[in-house]
Amino acid sequence: MTVTENAAELAPAKEVGQARRRKEDARLITGRTTWTDNMTLPGMLHLAVVRSPVAHAKITSVDLTAAQQAPNVVAVFSGRDFAEEQGSIPCAWPVTPDMVNPGHPSIAVDEVNHVGEAVAIVVARSKSAAQDAVELVDIDYDVLPPVLDMEEAVKDGADLVHDQLSSNTSYHFVFDAGDAGTGANTDEAFTDAEVVVSRRFIQQRLIPAFMEPRSVVVQPQGDNFTMWSATQVPHVLRVMLAMVTGVPEHKLRIVAPDVGGGFGGKLQVNPEEVLSLLVARRLGKPVKWTETRSESLMAAHHGRGQVQYVDIAADREGNVKGLRVRLLADMGAYLRLITPGVPALGAFMFPGIYKFPAYRFECDGVFTNKVPTDAYRGAGRPEATFAVERIMDELAVELGVDPLELRRKNWIKAEEFPFTTVAGLEYDSGDYDAATQQALELLGYDELRAEQQRRRESGDPVQLGIGFSTFTEMCGLAPSRVLGSLAYGAGGWESASIRMLPTGKVEVVTGSTPHGQGHETAWSQLVADQLGVPFEDVEVLHGDTAVSPRGMDTYGSRSLVVGGTAVIKAADKVVAKARKVAAHLLEASEDDLDFSAGKFTVRGTPGAEIGIQEIALAVFAAHNYPEDVEPSIDADATFDPVNFSFPHGTHICAMEVDTETGMVKIRKYASVDDVGVIVNPLIVEGQIHGGLAQGIAQALYEEAVYDADGNLTTGSFVDYLVPSAADLPHFDTGNTVHAAPGNPIGAKGVGEAGCIASTPAVVNAALDAVRHLGVSDILMPLTPERVWRAVHQGGDGGDRAPAGTNAYGGAQTESTAGVSTDASLGGEL
Amino acid sequence: MSQINVRVDGVDYTDDVEPRTLLVHYLREQLGKVGTVVGCDTSNCGACTVHLDGEAVKSCTVFAVQADGSEVTTIEGIGSADGALHPMQKAFHEMHGLQCGFCTPGMIMASIDLVNDNPDPSEDEVREGIEGNLCRCTGYQNIVRAVQQAAAEMNGRTAGAAETMGAQA
Repeated sequence: MTVTENAAELAPAKEVGQARRRKEDARLITGRTTWTDNMTLPGMLHLAVVRSPVAHAKITSVDLTAAQQAPNVVAVFSGRDFAEEQGSIPCAWPVTPDMVNPGHPSIAVDEVNHVGEAVAIVVARSKSAAQDAVELVDIDYDVLPPVLDMEEAVKDGADLVHDQLSSNTSYHFVFDAGDAGTGANTDEAFTDAEVVVSRRFIQQRLIPAFMEPRSVVVQPQGDNFTMWSATQVPHVLRVMLAMVTGVPEHKLRIVAPDVGGGFGGKLQVNPEEVLSLLVARRLGKPVKWTETRSESLMAAHHGRGQVQYVDIAADREGNVKGLRVRLLADMGAYLRLITPGVPALGAFMFPGIYKFPAYRFECDGVFTNKVPTDAYRGAGRPEATFAVERIMDELAVELGVDPLELRRKNWIKAEEFPFTTVAGLEYDSGDYDAATQQALELLGYDELRAEQQRRRESGDPVQLGIGFSTFTEMCGLAPSRVLGSLAYGAGGWESASIRMLPTGKVEVVTGSTPHGQGHETAWSQLVADQLGVPFEDVEVLHGDTAVSPRGMDTYGSRSLVVGGTAVIKAADKVVAKARKVAAHLLEASEDDLDFSAGKFTVRGTPGAEIGIQEIALAVFAAHNYPEDVEPSIDADATFDPVNFSFPHGTHICAMEVDTETGMVKIRKYASVDDVGVIVNPLIVEGQIHGGLAQGIAQALYEEAVYDADGNLTTGSFVDYLVPSAADLPHFDTGNTVHAAPGNPIGAKGVGEAGCIASTPAVVNAALDAVRHLGVSDILMPLTPERVWRAVHQGGDGGDRAPAGTNAYGGAQTESTAGVSTDASLGGEL
Repeated sequence: MSQINVRVDGVDYTDDVEPRTLLVHYLREQLGKVGTVVGCDTSNCGACTVHLDGEAVKSCTVFAVQADGSEVTTIEGIGSADGALHPMQKAFHEMHGLQCGFCTPGMIMASIDLVNDNPDPSEDEVREGIEGNLCRCTGYQNIVRAVQQAAAEMNGRTAGAAETMGAQA
């Protein structure tokens, strides 16, 4: 070591950008976890929910006698017992002023509208006693015709889900760029177009399928209640439960302890959460409810569920001229927290990365006798991305041009950022060409195209296809004023506070609520850099409304972008407050202080320095501090973004299709994502992997299937195919980095990118492999049966479910025509 | 009620259980071994995987009475007495083989059993070997890396030096 070592070498390495191993892991890999279902309280009672075995019926009689007399049963309730106090599950997003909301009881009183709807609750001394008594509850139903197919449901004279309403349509939402002043007249664009391609795409229903089943514990203490819940949104839940149940907000504490995944599925005010609170209040005893997996798949909200009619207009040279989208969006039986908003949020993303001069979007929210839909990873954006990335391929085929060249001709150029789209969004930064080039290299594109050619020429039974998805998405939900303009019921800010403890350790309180994302690690990295304290000296607190009183929680790839920025701003305030104390203690002017690596130094006075952690002790003792300040350097901050952030990327899938068996196999998957500045590359890569798995699963494996009577036939993990390790390929991932200008971190959000981008890349790849055999579409998921049918019998491969049952119109197939099931055989609970 | 004698994570227990009690419920509810979790009701997810006499089993498919006279090891019992992590736990941490962590206890127990049977599994062998355990968060890629790293350490092929992570691969 020499005295010539410069300051840069002495400065500690920045934490941001380092692949820190996660702090969270210590408890998770050793089983020292605090899942809600682990909790046991003295005298705790257990709930089991009796659920409707029929999709649509009037309740004609309820007999609880036998269940009430069962061993160890404490009480049994039906909907009548809570009819006056249960209110309605709240819907925070009335997307149009005249949206119809029929109300959503937590427990059915007079009628049931989907299989799995709660109809009675058994309270017992043990979980097994409660479950045993479920069988003894006797409820008679007068069965009504189920409404299952959206295209049928919107016809005149259709059977009604809610007979007090005039139709099955909840709302009609329109965004017209011509009317909004963000684009040209769409009808004229289509009238004048040289080429128009129209397609009908199906977004099948999916189930979030978080690994930890939902679970709730409620403890009454006098007129206070503490609820532990496996939720993504303890803060939102507290406000909503107070409004729904009348328990005053300040008497209600919500704790989200360790939460095992959510993916939007735990962004909800669940009927079972309301019911657990009502039962605990009624009995004055602590209660626990934990669902079985079958209950979870049947009664927790689903995602997606759209019929998409998409028209694209272009000239012969391949310049896009207009986009027209009409959706039927499956609400299910009721409107939950943001059910109607999911497709409306997607409205702004259908134009993707392309410079459409004209755009019109219309969406009907449609009631069906199925469990409600709501947020699932991407929430509106995967559906939009799928539609635009599929229709771009269809246009390329129509024009006889390379699908990537068509995209390149129409996408926003790097020098055009910031770019205001035809949907009125201002895209912040990026370089679509750079990401694409890198992805092509990762894939080994030229070699695979050559192999595809060889296989095609030799008539190989295994054909190869390559599919693209050049996507963007909107993250960092959300600017509160924008949410207000969209009639959303809350803001999109996030809160943080930093507490400087006397020993110099740091507590960071965040309003974001992680459930697997790694906030404790990433937030520690942010604060370590801002305050110049060791990573290990930072503890991140979250998920308990008594500890973290203000928050908007975690969804919409918002945590780092909005919540992380709140942390940065709180840290800046801590430094500003500490600066005054430092100046006082160092007997210097504030203007002469430098702050670096956790220390204040006096310019021109070597050796005069004090660390921020020492200042924490000094203000704790409070013996000597400036007269005009409080003895604390703690600080709070709330950040409300002014714009969304827009991650983008290029995903390329190479797919083998066995034309003899219909089996598809991903040969190679390459993705390059621009998620802005990366705080922790380990976590970012993990988020991309997980998103890819779920997006690929939509393309290949997953679908919530209902039979003709409205029974969920994919009601267990035997039938609902969450992919295993053997079902997924190795992912080759990369990044480009264009900082987001809208926040000081420069981050854009990464939680949903992989899930949004991957689905159309996979389907485009499969189609690219078999288009020369006359196939132009295959319904998702691309089961071997469907692929084989599409190749050998034409069409889109047909439905998995019996005729007339699904959102996608009930195309009949030989094996399913006329097949039905008896309701008395289904709905086994 | 039936009486069982079972050794769990090195401790002997004698308990009365209902004949229908599943091993996982006995572990969680009677012994407080809540590190082992329940993720489904059809033995598909593997979250409840423990070792019964050294072999991985899904503890939701074993009755507690079937464990009578046996030794059960859970995620809580695989570290060494001095608190050091098992190489598989360490590798899951090093390779970021977990996110929410709910599947992790079962995934780690299944992976140890896999490596006991196959000391040097290929990527495909790992993927097939853990296909009875579902993870919704990771996409499995980092789990595969973790299992391969732990296999190397468990079989003395490395000193536990982690493959460089964080850079994209």
